[in-house]
Amino acid sequence: MRPLKTLKAVYEEDSHIVIQDKKSPPRVIHSGEDFLLEDLPVGTRIIYPRPPLAPVPNVKAAIRWAINHPEGMDPLHAMLRPGMKVTIALDDISLPLPMMRAPDVRQTVLEIVLQLLADSGVDDIHLIVATSLHRRMTPDEMKRMVGSTIFNEYYPDRYYNHDAEDPDGMVEFERTGHDEVVAINRRAAESDLTIYLNINLVPMDGGHKSVGVGLCNYASTRAHHNPETIRASNSYMDPKASALNTSVERIGRVVDKNMKVFHIETVLNNRMFDGQMEFLQKKEEDYTEFDRLKLQSMRYALSKMPRAAKRELLFKVPAAYELIGVWAGSTEPVHEKVLDLSFKQYAVPVKGQADIVIYGVPFVCPYNVNSIMNPLLVQCTGLGYLHNFYRGMPLLKKGGVMILCHPCYDEFDPEFHAPYIEFFHRLLPETTDAMKLAHKYERDFAENPSYVHLYRKGHSYHGAHPFYMWYWGENGRQHVGKVIAAGAENTHVPAMMGWDRADNLSEAIDMARGIMGRNASISYMHAPPILMMDVTS
Amino acid sequence: MAEPVKKAAFYDVDGTLIRTNIVDAYAYYAMNSGSVLESAKRVGRAMAKGPLFWALDKYNRKLFNESFYREYEGLTEDRLRLLSQDLFDDVLEDAIFPGSYDLIEEARKSGCRIVLVTGALDFTMEPLARHLKADDLIANRMQFVGNVATGRVMPPLLEGAHKAKVMRDYCVKHGLQLDKSHAYTDSMSDYPMLAIVGRPTAVNPDMRLRTTARSYEWPILDIR
Repeated sequence: MRPLKTLKAVYEEDSHIVIQDKKSPPRVIHSGEDFLLEDLPVGTRIIYPRPPLAPVPNVKAAIRWAINHPEGMDPLHAMLRPGMKVTIALDDISLPLPMMRAPDVRQTVLEIVLQLLADSGVDDIHLIVATSLHRRMTPDEMKRMVGSTIFNEYYPDRYYNHDAEDPDGMVEFERTGHDEVVAINRRAAESDLTIYLNINLVPMDGGHKSVGVGLCNYASTRAHHNPETIRASNSYMDPKASALNTSVERIGRVVDKNMKVFHIETVLNNRMFDGQMEFLQKKEEDYTEFDRLKLQSMRYALSKMPRAAKRELLFKVPAAYELIGVWAGSTEPVHEKVLDLSFKQYAVPVKGQADIVIYGVPFVCPYNVNSIMNPLLVQCTGLGYLHNFYRGMPLLKKGGVMILCHPCYDEFDPEFHAPYIEFFHRLLPETTDAMKLAHKYERDFAENPSYVHLYRKGHSYHGAHPFYMWYWGENGRQHVGKVIAAGAENTHVPAMMGWDRADNLSEAIDMARGIMGRNASISYMHAPPILMMDVTS
Repeated sequence: MAEPVKKAAFYDVDGTLIRTNIVDAYAYYAMNSGSVLESAKRVGRAMAKGPLFWALDKYNRKLFNESFYREYEGLTEDRLRLLSQDLFDDVLEDAIFPGSYDLIEEARKSGCRIVLVTGALDFTMEPLARHLKADDLIANRMQFVGNVATGRVMPPLLEGAHKAKVMRDYCVKHGLQLDKSHAYTDSMSDYPMLAIVGRPTAVNPDMRLRTTARSYEWPILDIR
């Protein structure tokens, strides 16, 4: 008999894994704007995220400590002098997901930093949202991110979105050793000091990606946002094994040679739900009767609402994320510490791959905040993000079946996702081959003056962005044998992406078993909240 | 290395790039007719016919243009051409939408020939075309007999489906690819312009064009 201490350790180690048996409750699965409640086959392995790590007891004190004791650089106050030119760049609306409860951590950091700058006599300050080729944030979104006091003082002349297509707004540094273009926002590049405020939600972000990608242009992004680089990333969430990250690091080192950048990187826990919705953080076994009642009420209410109303409602529920760590200073030492803590929160050990994997695709991904999860983004989320939440090897065996739960409605936001519409309806029917799409059409879309104008003056993603969304699923596409869209409400959307469809999850599992065998192993990644799987054989 | 694609960006003018229209241009000429009496006569007549012109425009753009241009009858060519620069300086330049310059520059940067395609009269648009550095201007031409405007436009009148035809002919003449070319307009009456190119865009669209653009999922810009 093993000692109690060992048993306890084993329990804690495996407490995120539950094996479905005959008496197990049905499982909650995200499916777009709805929540499914499904009885999974006996023997299904359900992988849960770690419980949220405890927040820092005093957020402002933690931030002040970080900027006064930075890694690899002088304290922030020591670098400031009256009359200097400072640019503060911020992560955009794609983080965190969903939006966190106000005040956003960027607002909290900014309040401290701006006070420090004011006390040091620095008044030439611009705040730039590091959108890269993402859409411009709307004024309301920008106000929510930094609070009304800072917004009213700085917007619009000194608080604005990055513009990668401004002909006079970019500066090119020397290329990397691999001939990668390094182009950065002119205001930031020509500042005496650039301060970058980041939120680390997934390990792909932060570090050299902040300035090197967040403030770059299309020519620079092409170096790493391409099918070959994604195919060579195993996964792109594991920086050590990611070709994407390697390219970004090369670019970032050129940036660090030419600019003085003080990073302030924050780590949030995964407490997505609290209060009345906290039951969604629990295992279904731990639901109380009241939790079950709340779940049923929520599902009933959502089933009676039109989709647009459901979406509106869900986007209004902020996440309860809490700050668990903050570091400041030089790019690499800061990011190393941040990654370490991020993986402590997100990484769960998983033994063995599965023949069939089930993912619930939620209503939100980084590219549709306050908007529609169109089919291209369903693909990006499933074959891209969810598939890549691993280190070591994917959860799904090579050639296995991926089941994605989502209605796959054919709806696009014409304001935010204008170029996606043409990409999906005109290009994908011609070919789904990412290499052909990149070679034949990417530049045409990127240089389309209408899309350039919508990116620069409207709120549309850049013309090249739908291509990136397709590339994001590329290593998943190379790995997976079959994708089945469970609950797809039409046939053409899955067909256009090369997927099969099933009316519901049970039918999808039957179809998957028909391909992989009756004894195929099934795993369900119970996310969100986000988790990263350290998969070993 | 692949040969660059030869393409054009075709722009309607009134309502798309500038706030004014052919009525504003005629009003300027009418008020600067040379004599106070003549100016009063022309302005008075145009105002009296205002409701008729409004109804015609709603019914049929071609009929409206044909009827409206009759008001030019009797004006001399010299005077019309001489005043065109003043028309631009005093009226048109301030009426250019702020986003027009960016929209044209973005098209030029992507390798497009910049072509203005307008139902307005050529002499009223030439200074604007020069100002916007357009490569070509395709516009209606007034018929002059003995240096005096007859009030008739040289056929065929440039509007609607005929704009699409001239765009196609222009591409053939210059070896451009129509399916790679762009078109920008604000009015449903110019739907053929958008339907013929590979890259249509509705700009400051009227209600009917906005609804059509949404149905066809064409980009919609607002550059006002």
